[in-house]
Amino acid sequence: MLGNATLLKTIKTSFIVLAAAAFLTACSSTGTQEDAGSTTNVANNDPAPVVTTGSNGSDVNSGSVAPKASVFYFDFDSSALRADSRSLLDAHAAALKAKPRAVRLEGHADERGTREYNIALGERRAQSVRAYLLSRGVTSPIEVISYGEEKPAANASNDYAWQQNRRVEIK
Amino acid sequence: MKSLIPLLVSIILFSSFSYGELTIRISKGVDNPTVIGVVPFNYTGSNALSEDVSTIIANDLRRSGQFSPIDSSNMLSFPSLPENVVYRDWRLLGSEYLVIGEISPNGPNGLGYQLVFSLFDVVSQKTIIFNEPIVVGADGLRDMAHYVSDVVYEAITGIRGAFSTDIIYVEQRSNSQYQLIRADMDGARPQILVKSSQPILSPSWSPDGRKVAYVSFETGRPAIFIQDLQTAQREQVTNYTGLNGAPAWSPDGKKLALVLSKDGNPEIYILDLATRALTRITKHFSIDTEPTWTADGAGIIFTSNRGGKPQIYLASATEGYPQRLTFEGDYNARAQLTPDGKNIVMVHRREGVFHIATQNLETGTVKVLTTETSLDESPTIAPNGATLIYATKAGGKGILASVSLDAGTRFAFPSTSGDVREPAWSPFFK
Repeated sequence: MLGNATLLKTIKTSFIVLAAAAFLTACSSTGTQEDAGSTTNVANNDPAPVVTTGSNGSDVNSGSVAPKASVFYFDFDSSALRADSRSLLDAHAAALKAKPRAVRLEGHADERGTREYNIALGERRAQSVRAYLLSRGVTSPIEVISYGEEKPAANASNDYAWQQNRRVEIK
Repeated sequence: MKSLIPLLVSIILFSSFSYGELTIRISKGVDNPTVIGVVPFNYTGSNALSEDVSTIIANDLRRSGQFSPIDSSNMLSFPSLPENVVYRDWRLLGSEYLVIGEISPNGPNGLGYQLVFSLFDVVSQKTIIFNEPIVVGADGLRDMAHYVSDVVYEAITGIRGAFSTDIIYVEQRSNSQYQLIRADMDGARPQILVKSSQPILSPSWSPDGRKVAYVSFETGRPAIFIQDLQTAQREQVTNYTGLNGAPAWSPDGKKLALVLSKDGNPEIYILDLATRALTRITKHFSIDTEPTWTADGAGIIFTSNRGGKPQIYLASATEGYPQRLTFEGDYNARAQLTPDGKNIVMVHRREGVFHIATQNLETGTVKVLTTETSLDESPTIAPNGATLIYATKAGGKGILASVSLDAGTRFAFPSTSGDVREPAWSPFFK
């Protein structure tokens, strides 16, 4: 992730990230309708909101290799897993069962609403992911932490940025 | 000397609305503010004063929204002693009240100051305050000014002034620089209380104004700290698995209501600060957070989504079945009681936009106060109940803004540095 942060500081790679984000958004159908080209505010210091290199369907389902996409998105004021998160979570579960490791789930919220409520919401989102992994037989230690709206992936105040920020990251 | 004063004043006036980090911009005042003359105070010493006391007073009164101070360049005379006041000069300007004063060096080495000030009712030609003295140390000129503002405000409105109070807020300068800052309620004299590379939020003043509790992620997880504001000593008071958040002092200062998710779910607890005993207040699978105490310390008002959406509830601090207080709108959160206990102030979503609103607890009437801003949060009420400060966004930046509880007066504090948020207004200090 440090490598990502450094790379992201150059304008050149920002474009790559934007393109990758657009690609992932397009193929993961997270319900975002906004034009990805309008996201001029992808955070440039934090870890990238979307892990950028080519996960595709066959990678995700290959079992023992950890899938590279590790961010799961949520609806406003909701901690319910989206249907499209499940196959990716299944791949994570399979990888963790094959090669157990300590996992940290970071829950986040968008900036709307109050900060403490959003921290609680981020925790519930991470707990949803944790519960799903446990239900798939994962026995690795799973730590849950919520940052609420304190560490946005995208800094703008629009629907696209808000969607990027309502997330759980597997670390 | 008299001819020099307006020049000096105009120079200071020019910069007086910018105190380091926060500046003040008034966007709306009440329709008929009381016109008042605050005459530039005469100074009998030889050194230059570090603060323009009368301008600070005029700005305090202007910011309350209830007063319209006369521009000193329009004044016809500059009396500093009661015997020099000519009422006609002030009637001509439509001034209803007049404040005058004279500052002198004071103390053994002349490092402190004494002000003698008077307040007049111009309309009825009466002296309300006659030559009241105030003595301060070398760095006390702003305190002197806020004290005069408090006295004048209360003498005219009957409401205790809150100009001598402070605010604590969070400033984020980058993704790895967060600061907890204390400043005068007008944003002046900012001091850094804590600096961290991780988020800080939810500052809460102890009722005696000596300590602050807050949430810091500095350990890599959220934890509640209490910091002594005089000694800067601090102590981590919670270190539970999961959430440790939303600290709120009991009215007697002996307990802290807070949120923990150690039992799997965000619940409200009360921590006895002497015994460290924890009492669980809520028990529900939903989110329960943002506790605040009723004035008698017997009740806890909090946010819960137990009905599906965030709404405000009231629970007894000892036991009981929480009672729902808010019904209008699908998002009501972070409530705080007004000092008279008759209203709650809260974050309220209307037509998809987050505003600050009040709800009358008897009638249930909800009134939106912040119609000019969106993404509003973190309301904190002045100890006199006249105004509140909240956090919002302007131009992509987090800023603080203020609105009176009658919604008549609004102003913003645009920050000249980072994003500012999470304001907490102090209690009265004396």
